[in-house]
Amino acid sequence: MTMTPSSDGNLLEVKNLRTYFETDDGTVKAVDDISFQLKRGETLGIVGESGSGKSVTNLSVIRLIPEPPGKIVSGEILFNGTDLLLLSNEAIRKIRGRRIAMIFQDPMTSLNPFMKISRQLMEMTQLHLGHTKAQARDHAVQMLETVGIPDARERADSYPHEFSGGMRQRVMIAMALSCEPELLIADEPTTALDVTIQAQILELIKTLKRKTGTSVILITHDLGVVAGMTDHVIVMYAGKIFEQAPTKELFSVPGNPYTKGLLRSVPDPTAEQGKLYQIPGLPPDVAHLKPGCPFAQRCDYTQDICRHEFPPFVQLNADHYSLCHFAREVYSESGGTPA
Amino acid sequence: MFRFIIRRLLVTIPTILVVISITWVLIKLAPGNFYSGEKRLPPAIEKAVRDKYGLDKPWYQQYGKTMWSIVRHLDFGTSLMYEGQSVNTIIKRSLPVSAAVGILAYLLALIVGVTAGSIAALKQNTKWDYASMTLAMLGISVPNFVLGPILVLIFSLGLYWLPPSRWGGFPSRNLILPVLTLSAIYMAYIARLTRAGMLEVLRSDYIRTARAKGLSERDVIIRHALRGGLMPVVSYTGPALAFLLTGTVVVERIFALPGLGNYFIQASLNRDEPLIIGIVAFIAITLLLMNLLVDVAYAYLDPRVRYQ
Amino acid sequence: MATEKKQDHDAPLHIGPEMAVAEADLYPEDTGAFVHGTSLWRDAWRRLLKNKLAVFGLVVVIIVTIASIVGPTVIQRVFGFTPDYIPTHDIRLTNSFPPFTGPSGEFSWAHPMGTDNAGRDQLARVLQGGQISLFVGILSTLVSLLIGVSYGAIAGYVGGRVDNVMMRIVDVLYSLPYVIVVIVLLSMFRSQTPKGQLILLFIALGSVSWLTMARIVRGQVLSLRNQEFVMAARATGVSNSRIIFRHLVPNTLGPVIVYATLTIPQIMLTEAFLSFLGFGVQAPLASWGSLASDGIQNIAIFPWQLIFPGVTMALTLFSLNFLGDGLRDALDPQMRTV
Repeated sequence: MTMTPSSDGNLLEVKNLRTYFETDDGTVKAVDDISFQLKRGETLGIVGESGSGKSVTNLSVIRLIPEPPGKIVSGEILFNGTDLLLLSNEAIRKIRGRRIAMIFQDPMTSLNPFMKISRQLMEMTQLHLGHTKAQARDHAVQMLETVGIPDARERADSYPHEFSGGMRQRVMIAMALSCEPELLIADEPTTALDVTIQAQILELIKTLKRKTGTSVILITHDLGVVAGMTDHVIVMYAGKIFEQAPTKELFSVPGNPYTKGLLRSVPDPTAEQGKLYQIPGLPPDVAHLKPGCPFAQRCDYTQDICRHEFPPFVQLNADHYSLCHFAREVYSESGGTPA
Repeated sequence: MFRFIIRRLLVTIPTILVVISITWVLIKLAPGNFYSGEKRLPPAIEKAVRDKYGLDKPWYQQYGKTMWSIVRHLDFGTSLMYEGQSVNTIIKRSLPVSAAVGILAYLLALIVGVTAGSIAALKQNTKWDYASMTLAMLGISVPNFVLGPILVLIFSLGLYWLPPSRWGGFPSRNLILPVLTLSAIYMAYIARLTRAGMLEVLRSDYIRTARAKGLSERDVIIRHALRGGLMPVVSYTGPALAFLLTGTVVVERIFALPGLGNYFIQASLNRDEPLIIGIVAFIAITLLLMNLLVDVAYAYLDPRVRYQ
Repeated sequence: MATEKKQDHDAPLHIGPEMAVAEADLYPEDTGAFVHGTSLWRDAWRRLLKNKLAVFGLVVVIIVTIASIVGPTVIQRVFGFTPDYIPTHDIRLTNSFPPFTGPSGEFSWAHPMGTDNAGRDQLARVLQGGQISLFVGILSTLVSLLIGVSYGAIAGYVGGRVDNVMMRIVDVLYSLPYVIVVIVLLSMFRSQTPKGQLILLFIALGSVSWLTMARIVRGQVLSLRNQEFVMAARATGVSNSRIIFRHLVPNTLGPVIVYATLTIPQIMLTEAFLSFLGFGVQAPLASWGSLASDGIQNIAIFPWQLIFPGVTMALTLFSLNFLGDGLRDALDPQMRTV
């Protein structure tokens, strides 16, 4: 497939994406009107609690939403100018793995326990690049070496359970990058791993990104991960984008109460506080959302209007948006100057 | 792996001896014996027979003698019902009949069951799914002694397509109805197991990964899902074989097949001690060996278990 | 949805009031936001009712049970037939083809299922057969429940070597030709009285299916015993046996109920074919299995003598199985293994 240059050098443009799930409890609007862009070569972070819709967003991009309960109701997903939602099943399959690759949260369950690692890797290149068995195997070993698996040649024929968690995630990364995709989507790649291994994996992703120029979408609930890895951040809550900004700006001058709450919850080892801060309350039931702002019940800045009217998507700066009735106020409070 | 097999075999042998002993004890404990039924022999002849079989000796001598000849020569003695025929001969003669019916029935059950179950899983909640699962439910609920005669009614007495009973050698049309009857319930179980196993696997993360890699749905199912999805069927083989045995007994009675099961029932009804013990021992050995085979196969198929 | 944790098969099922209470305690100020009002049993009941097949099963089982219990008495009152009543006056009333069961072979409601070769009313016999079959099925299941739950609970709770040995025994027993030995047992000890035979049957049948029950309960107990509420009970000095029977057992109730409901048809099937072979229920008592055995004699000429008891039995088992499946789905949709 030839690369068609798209507008503004955006590799990926998501416009008004809506993905709903039909459950016994009602319609769950997992993703409700999301729009964002990813420039080529950038890393985008998507942050949110569980149930915020962050994973569903990315599964929608490669159309891996299970069709009976779920459905991508509307929107556009422009990948290099082509709307992925309009492609045939066969066409999207050619893109999956080849041009957009995804790695998942739990490497223990995400690899086929009954298949050798080598075979799982070889599958990729044999399918997408037309490798012969020998070529595929060489390539697989190479990839394993690249991600830092020692004795790659001998260990390639092992089974997943013979590797540790960190190793397995490296294998997943190797598998994902086998065909040199333009976009890598990493869905909470380090959540299931130990803290020390987390750092290694993130470092690996960073290095590989530099080497290959792959763009990355990194999904996580951990702000610490986002800080060191991403260029832009999107904060999601209850299926909506609550704030989006360049990373540095989001951390230094947040424009949304939810973001502020999240930032406050990150434990600061240098501070001498007693209690750890936690945003009070729990995420809402997305099947039965009340009118008004979904965050109203837990927000420090709530006013009457928040409970009745859905907040506007306010542009605070060239690249900084916030979904809040009091976005400018919160932004100013943080020290920013609204444009 | 090797050690595992050896260990299992070591447990098997005493188990079989225990089973034989229990059976022997049950037979001896029960009131009366072979000759207390309808076969009333004149006292003199009865005494002669009792002397010949050592039936009046103290129990521990009888036990010892029986166990010794079993362990030493695998000699289970001579049948009381069938004059002059050794138990081993009878077993050798009747085994092929039971084996033919049993193996064919299970193969049929596997083929039809796995196929139906997979299709049901892939087309979950559609008409295919509901239809095959309802049929499967029927298969579990209709007893084989009801199904068999009904099949005979339709296909033999009604349509004259197939013979109603008797053994016709192997292979022959006589096999069809017994095999069908025996196979029905296992077909049903296997279909349900396959469907459940496949559904479970299709929901798992590694299938999602396979799809994210861009594999066609067909490849996802055949290369990734099938292996894990069929594991429950493999482990079911063990208990299935045990039940198969009891099913064979009924089927052989209904269709008048000269198999192990039929001989066993006759022996039980007539208190033919050597034959009962012989058949029980044989069945126990077969079952335990088959279970061992199944466990080995399971370990071979699931690499997580292999390296223990 | 994509990041939901998978429940592994040895983990405890989230059933039991203790679990619900524990969760509510995690968020004391916010129980408003956390909808934990309905109890798990009510939830399960709701889900069960939504399952049309399970409801159908439940209804049929109830109908059959009631019919079996009161049926023979009703028939006796209304028509004067008992299951053993053999009319002496008319040979034409033997082997009559339903519903043409009148004295001259004309249409009559008297014997909806026809009569057997001695002129006994088949409907009454089938219903009485139902009494025995259901009775044996339920009681034997209770026996197997008793043995299995106790065995499994003790093994799971005590753990360690004892558990190892106990489960090894189960494994070995599992691979034995149980039913074969049972047949030998039954054939050797043909009791003189039908009552004695029944008791023997209960024990024999109950001892066949306790194995899986023990396994299930042991698995549950094993994972439950490390839960907090057990430690709490221990800390307050509750004795071990009390812990087992007052705390752990109720929490394993869910899978036990499901498995018991599925065991009843299995045991009924086993009893049926034992009776069919001649080792189960003896005359003058009749179960569906022995009725089928009688019916088979005349299969070529009077097939309905087999078909009526056979179909009734199949229908009952069918319904029980659907009910069991429905219960399993209602109590925990992730429990499905068969």
